[in-house]
Amino acid sequence: MASNKKYWKSVEELTNSSIVETLSKNEFVEEIPTDEFLGDKESLENSSTTRRDFLKYIGFTTAAASLAACEGPVRKSIPYVVKPNDYIPGVADWYATSIADGFDFANVLVKTREGRPIQIMPNKEANGTTSARVQASVLSLYDEKLRLKEPTRNGETITWTDADAAIGAKLSALKEANTPVVFLTGSLASPSTNKIISEFITAYPNVKHVVYDAVSESGAADAMMAMFGKRALPNYHLDKAKTIVSFGADFLGDFHGGFEKQYVNGRKPETGSMSYHVQFESNMSLTGANADKRVVLKPSEQVFALLNLYNAVTGSSVSSKATPVDAEVKAMAVELKKAGSKGVVLTGLNDKNAQLIAFAINKALNSEVFDTNNTLNTRQGNDAEVSQLVADIKAGKVGGLLAYNVDPAYSLPNASEFVDALSKVSLKVAYSTENNDTVNAMEFALPAPHFLESWGDTMFDEVTYGLAQPTIQPLFNSRQLQDTLLLWSGNSIKYYDYLKAFATENILGGSSWNTALHNGFYTKELSEAVAFDSTVDLSAAASALANSARKANGFELTLHTTTGLGDGKQANNPWLQEFPDPITRVSWDNYLTMSMADANELGFANPVRDNGAIDGNYAKVSVNGKEVTVPVIIQPGQAKGSFGLSLGYGRTFGLKEEMQVGVNAYPLYTNASNVQYGVSIEKVSGNHEFACPQVQKTIAGRHDILKVASLKEYKTVDPKDHHHGWNKPAYVSYDHKEVEANTIDIWDEHNRELGHHFNLSIDLTSCTGCGACVIACHAENNVPVVGKKEVRVGRDMHWLRIDRYYSSEVETREDAKELGLSRGEMYRALETEAENPEVTFQPMMCQHCNHAPCETVCPVAATSHGRQGQNQMAYNRCVGTRYCANNCPYRVRRFNWFNYANNDEFDFNMNNEYGKMVLNPDVTVRSRGVMEKCSMCIQMTQATIVKAKKEGRPVNTDEFETACSSACTTGSLVFGDINNKEDEVTSLIADKRAYNVLDYLQTKPNVVYQVKIKNTNEA
Amino acid sequence: MKSVSVHNRLGRVLIKSFTFIFLIFFSLSSNSQEVDEARQKAGKKLFQSLCASCHKLDKKLIGPALGGVEERRENEWLLAWIKNNAELRASGDRDAIAIFEEYNGSVMSAFPQLSDQQINDILYYTTVGELKKADPVNPDGATVVAAQGSAPEWLIYILAAAIIVAFLLIASLLKQVNELKGNVAEGQKSNLQRDLSELWEGIVQNTFIKVMSTILLLLIAAYVGFGTLYKVGVDEGYMPLQPIAFSHKIHAGDNKIDCQYCHSSAKHSKHSGIPSVNICMNCHKNIAEVAEGTKVEWDGVTYGKAELDKEIAKVYEAAGWDPETLSYTGDEKPIKWIRIHNLPDFAYFNHSQHVTVAGLKCQKCHGPVEEYDEMRQFSPLTMGWCIDCHRETDVDTKGNEYYEKIHQELAKKYNVEKVTIAQLGGLECGKCHY
Repeated sequence: MASNKKYWKSVEELTNSSIVETLSKNEFVEEIPTDEFLGDKESLENSSTTRRDFLKYIGFTTAAASLAACEGPVRKSIPYVVKPNDYIPGVADWYATSIADGFDFANVLVKTREGRPIQIMPNKEANGTTSARVQASVLSLYDEKLRLKEPTRNGETITWTDADAAIGAKLSALKEANTPVVFLTGSLASPSTNKIISEFITAYPNVKHVVYDAVSESGAADAMMAMFGKRALPNYHLDKAKTIVSFGADFLGDFHGGFEKQYVNGRKPETGSMSYHVQFESNMSLTGANADKRVVLKPSEQVFALLNLYNAVTGSSVSSKATPVDAEVKAMAVELKKAGSKGVVLTGLNDKNAQLIAFAINKALNSEVFDTNNTLNTRQGNDAEVSQLVADIKAGKVGGLLAYNVDPAYSLPNASEFVDALSKVSLKVAYSTENNDTVNAMEFALPAPHFLESWGDTMFDEVTYGLAQPTIQPLFNSRQLQDTLLLWSGNSIKYYDYLKAFATENILGGSSWNTALHNGFYTKELSEAVAFDSTVDLSAAASALANSARKANGFELTLHTTTGLGDGKQANNPWLQEFPDPITRVSWDNYLTMSMADANELGFANPVRDNGAIDGNYAKVSVNGKEVTVPVIIQPGQAKGSFGLSLGYGRTFGLKEEMQVGVNAYPLYTNASNVQYGVSIEKVSGNHEFACPQVQKTIAGRHDILKVASLKEYKTVDPKDHHHGWNKPAYVSYDHKEVEANTIDIWDEHNRELGHHFNLSIDLTSCTGCGACVIACHAENNVPVVGKKEVRVGRDMHWLRIDRYYSSEVETREDAKELGLSRGEMYRALETEAENPEVTFQPMMCQHCNHAPCETVCPVAATSHGRQGQNQMAYNRCVGTRYCANNCPYRVRRFNWFNYANNDEFDFNMNNEYGKMVLNPDVTVRSRGVMEKCSMCIQMTQATIVKAKKEGRPVNTDEFETACSSACTTGSLVFGDINNKEDEVTSLIADKRAYNVLDYLQTKPNVVYQVKIKNTNEA
Repeated sequence: MKSVSVHNRLGRVLIKSFTFIFLIFFSLSSNSQEVDEARQKAGKKLFQSLCASCHKLDKKLIGPALGGVEERRENEWLLAWIKNNAELRASGDRDAIAIFEEYNGSVMSAFPQLSDQQINDILYYTTVGELKKADPVNPDGATVVAAQGSAPEWLIYILAAAIIVAFLLIASLLKQVNELKGNVAEGQKSNLQRDLSELWEGIVQNTFIKVMSTILLLLIAAYVGFGTLYKVGVDEGYMPLQPIAFSHKIHAGDNKIDCQYCHSSAKHSKHSGIPSVNICMNCHKNIAEVAEGTKVEWDGVTYGKAELDKEIAKVYEAAGWDPETLSYTGDEKPIKWIRIHNLPDFAYFNHSQHVTVAGLKCQKCHGPVEEYDEMRQFSPLTMGWCIDCHRETDVDTKGNEYYEKIHQELAKKYNVEKVTIAQLGGLECGKCHY
């Protein structure tokens, strides 16, 4: 039933199916153009190389190569002079630390090899989570192109002593004259740093600290201040929630920093209850994609829907307007009241009034999900102060500006005005990890260390205190901000000593500093909530909100961040650039998302080229007199009359040429408002080439890829029921009879009773599509970055991809026939569904089939099966026939079309000495012409086994991991040994939700999926 | 490298000649004394066991040089100092305190167990020093000869080539002379020549022999070709010239230092690890010179004491150790060893698996290292070589709980007591290639 749904990946599959159908049959989208060259007489004649010359070259190069091969290069081995005691070459050390770069905050574990950090994983003990960006931040450490290396003054290198003297003199002069100096930082959330800053302000009373977040959540913080007397972000304990109603809050994305772990913990079908999540939104966000019900709604209508919900829940009658979804809103009000304290309402509008209304609903519900005591400190930016600062600079009122790790010259909507006005500031200091537009606009540039080179602390919320420790010696001549501020304040203490004393005295409450540092975190007692008498006039807030939404005219634009690039801090990170967006699957770009209806009206299209590449038209978007020209992607599920555009792209200063992609949308981000009304759009000429693998390597259209069931079905229907089962086994025809596919087999079974047998279980219910596993796989397995052009022609090297499927209620062709629809009508029906399709994510990697189709076709036995269940790939044996990829039904094999390491054509991290430091020394860097694919992290399983053997003990149940399973914070990916009865994965593969993708092929994969369960609120 | 070593040898010869003359002079002067051999021997034995780690006769080590100490100090004071120097210092003895301060407060052990007689024997030894051998052989003589005798190899080749060319020239000249003289006319071949040419024609006309010999030739060519190509990239016997003439024979052989004292990572890590210089300094802080008569064969040359002491000096330079002041200067220069065992990137090898888990001796793969002066690659390190061993070797499942379950199942299901590595999956590609 559910498994017969029609799943599709792209709009093109619905409209222009011939190309897509061809593509779905070809493993490699482009043929090698030999016929083209040899068949063309003219090009052959024009070629200056004759046949004889060609043979001579071949002969010469062969001879030269074999001569060169006779003498191996002399390799030096240089040991330490004094080896540090706790360190053994070849053995990884793990350190607990925390990341707090102003946008991403997390407790993490860092893997170091030979003194170099090579991987970041969540510190699960501290409930840490990692996003794709946190995973990738280890590569930004080695960004030799962008990082500041020396202190400079007007571009000339100076010493730290000179910088201290010059800046100190100016600071003193400004203090004498009592001219205001502004210290501009992002959200630090570091109690010790805040104390140092306040001491610095004591020493220089003319200094003011302003917090600026490029992507602001000031509205929520201001609303908290007004209603609860505390300027912080509220916390949402979504694991306790029964009903979640969100108005455009992308809380699985970047809203408040991500709640995926709590969200998924509240949605475990085994427990019998799942939260019911309804998302009202205009863009297709990660959160909307995971919602049980997604209601498509323009931003202005979201405002009225929120107000109507407020009226319905509280019984008040604030000013509002009818919306097309009032029936759903009413139903949700009933649901929320039913859920009572287990209901919660969130809104993603960065608007104080909108947040106040949402808070008021939660208050009315007496929601225990909504927490205003244990609040979040991860966004502290204050939009009012920032705009005041820009105004003051323009008015010449500011004498000095110290910017720390912020880039207002790129991310302010009026960046150019800001840069021009800087001439009126006499002391301009940029303290920054990277060389950006702001650094370029300032007089002094002081290099700050990367977080992996720094000491620090972070108060994520009111109880979790995270410590940061250096995991590598500073690569460049950098100095920590805290050390500098202490020095400038006339304090000679080192920041490490200061931090230790601070933590011991104020936080740790008598427990050991060393233990806290070892664990990377310390959990404080939550202090009692302070009572606060709110004087907020909610009806005034509501009418102000309604008035602002009434002004909406023309198209509406939602500015958002992407899972890959976030606010754009790591735009020079090739892993993140090549990371396909979970929803659109586009990499190396940002774009305007548009509904299919609008696209048809305005004449936009996304034609698919015959090599699977997607093209797009350009649109000129103007808001508030500002214009940007962006390519357009037609997005199923986008609200008609609205567009979406992501921030964080279009950075150019200091970036490698390949990374200078996309369009800077910050100029449209006026008043830090993520919704802009009155947008006009115009189609302009030009053809944009997207790098989007969505129609390449597709297995869509086959049966039994995805299985989705409702919670009610899960609870009441037998999964294997012949008619209504939601996890029916595959049937095949054998001897003219329908039999279960697993009863017949053309191969003998391997004996795997002895030793380990690895399996990976992937729970589609828990997978939010966040993509942390994709980057973790990159880092662990030295997966190369191939660049935009190569991704466009389908040569991306991701070992692990997350397929995103849309699905619709009209199901199969058979269903269409039953309904009496013609084929054309069926596709039209699907197209209507495209206005709001259901979305399912499916991580797809080598399935490690026990009966692998790839193994039987390899002419040189380069790919073979291991006793432990892993399908092994011997690169040194592979001759590159690509038969295996051709024969793989899952399309997970990747071919090295080029040498991606040490090749100037692929100038990414594997082409420079710093970037190569991130490579995992235990995994081969593949060369040209060989096939590669997921190895089920055999280097990790082998290391675990050797460790157990050395210690003379059996392997513990929780020890076997792969990079993806350890990166997964929601617990969707579980890896283990099914020969161990106590291993979690052993029970998972026997679960009634377990199934294999394409199981009618009987490849018997060692990767097992768990049917996705959605709460359709019937149970 | 060669030309440099020749150049160095000249210098070495000069230095050695001077040392030789100096030694003769020295021995003449010392030979004039009468020596009580028994006392000297007893003293030397005690000195070497108790004092030598901190003192030498002729130079400072941790403590002062002791040669002729009897001339500098009263015997009574020496006895008191050696038995318990701390007590002596505590009594306020000025000399004792002064010498203590001169050596930066390094505390000398007390030796209350020594009798006066024993101490006097030690002191006797410090005064008379080493005994001269009856017939002093110049240890450097051999080296000098060897150095002079070993002409550079290329010279020999050039000479040989020149001689061959000369012979050929002479032969062709003689032939021409003969032809000019008309000594050899057409058709006037000797009997032997005639027989040979008939035999040749017989062979040429016989198809069977022709075919067989062609096949034979092709087979030989294939065999030689395969053998040559197979050896490409196989560096068995690779013995590069290292920056320091480090002899495994002296360390692991003569002094029986455990391999893993220096290569300590081998039991924990995939790498065996090249010891850092501070490991060398654990011992060499006290061993600035090799013993008399130590010899090392190094790059075709025999190194004697003088050369080897200079090699130890290289370790000091790397560690930033000043042997004069006996302190670290902080000026460190890492040693750039040449890596001998090079595995390609696509092959994974883990030392700890073999050393700790399997309990293999290092010599199994690295050969009789303790007999090598100069380290070399003993094994071919080819895949076939790895696999041969994995096929033959039984897994040692005893006493390792990891294998317990596997062992039980094996015994239960297959009634097998022993299993080779290959049978446990040790031949799978993915076990070493990932």
